[in-house]
Amino acid sequence: MSDDGSYFQRDRAWHPPAFTPDYKTSILRSPRFPLLSLDNTISELTGPVFGDALLGPLDNDLIRNYAKDGDPIGQRIVVYGRVLDENARAVPGALLEFWQANAGGRYRHRKETYLAAIDPNFGGCGRAITDSEGRYEFRTIKPGAYPWPNGVNDWRPAHIHFSVFGHAFAQRLITQMYFEGDPMIWQCPIVRTIPDKAAIEQLVAALDRNATLPMDALAYKFDIVLRGRRATMFENRPEGN
Amino acid sequence: MVQKLDRLKESPSQTAGPYVHIGTNPNSVEIKGVWNEDLGSRMLNTQTLGERIVLEGRVLDGSGAPLKDVLVEIWQADAQGLYPSPQEKRGKADPHFAGWGRQPVDPVTGIYHFETVKPGRVPYRDGRMMAPHVTFWLVSRGINLGLHTRLYFADEEEANAQCPVLARIEHTRRIPTLIASRSEANGLATYTFDIRLQGEGETVFFDI
Ligand SMILES: [Fe+3]
Repeated sequence: MSDDGSYFQRDRAWHPPAFTPDYKTSILRSPRFPLLSLDNTISELTGPVFGDALLGPLDNDLIRNYAKDGDPIGQRIVVYGRVLDENARAVPGALLEFWQANAGGRYRHRKETYLAAIDPNFGGCGRAITDSEGRYEFRTIKPGAYPWPNGVNDWRPAHIHFSVFGHAFAQRLITQMYFEGDPMIWQCPIVRTIPDKAAIEQLVAALDRNATLPMDALAYKFDIVLRGRRATMFENRPEGN
Repeated sequence: MVQKLDRLKESPSQTAGPYVHIGTNPNSVEIKGVWNEDLGSRMLNTQTLGERIVLEGRVLDGSGAPLKDVLVEIWQADAQGLYPSPQEKRGKADPHFAGWGRQPVDPVTGIYHFETVKPGRVPYRDGRMMAPHVTFWLVSRGINLGLHTRLYFADEEEANAQCPVLARIEHTRRIPTLIASRSEANGLATYTFDIRLQGEGETVFFDI
């Protein structure tokens, strides 16, 4: 396998389109011209890398990394999984950043207007870097569902936002994790920007009873797939770099 | 039935939402003490090689209003045209240059601001040189999948004219949407680059 291949073309029917009128904010923020297809150049095949030296000991512990005088309120959970590429190979050294509302569904943000209370012991952000097998984990409290201004009465299902850096800027991805068994998933206009049910299910983390910490925390498994690279086994294409 | 391919599907994107900064730039939204400095907030130190420049602009929606909640990431080569990445096989990039920056926009004006260096030229796939450029990646509420575009420099007319990527833009009147204008104050060049998501002068975005 060569390290010089381009990334597979993104399947844009699997991703949400830019213009999704039921999610109103997308209406004025969606380009109308077709995207210009660009074969990956070195500008897309490279990307920033982050080492473990970046991380503090509590970066992947949202229960403790903002706590002032006790633990945050809510269901304690562990979220774990792997970052893989489309070739089903582990992506080591991937930086994951995550953020979420507290157990009541309230974000710690000046623009947030939901009535649910701020939790003085919960900040709502964390980060991790995958190990040599692409694994990550973090500890947090389960976020609550929350209402948001779109329709007059739209609610987001419980979710955790993820930002992911792989090895190349072409792999850059932001997505959201949902929770197995949540009926709110299927009524959400943001979830429904994704056209394919199987694609939505790829974002639903599975409850893993075997990974629970007894008398402590439930566990959810959430794998993330980044774009994969073409192998250049038989191809002798001239490389510009 | 046929055999199954050992391929996975990329995780589908979801919008970064209005509170992306909690996760990416917590200090900018008064979440202090989780980590000391927001990642990507500094690209340079005193020893970085190259011409120091400022990149500034706004991201405008289809009504012409600036986005106040957009997150802007940039990725670029160093002054010699090398990327600080293990995938860079042509040489060793400036160890004092990050190559990657990330900034929220000003919550009142919607202006983003990066202090960086002017990038050198890097080759296209066939070895021809591309004009100096900075890759931009935008995420926000209402953007379902991060948008990629490039900033090119107005004072690189000759390189721009030869750039194999700019040459692929069939509708040549759209090329200026990728070109940042230059102004200078106290010997420091500022390049202004407004990005229009939609409508008159819509910026060229790339499917990479
Ligand atoms: Fe959210």
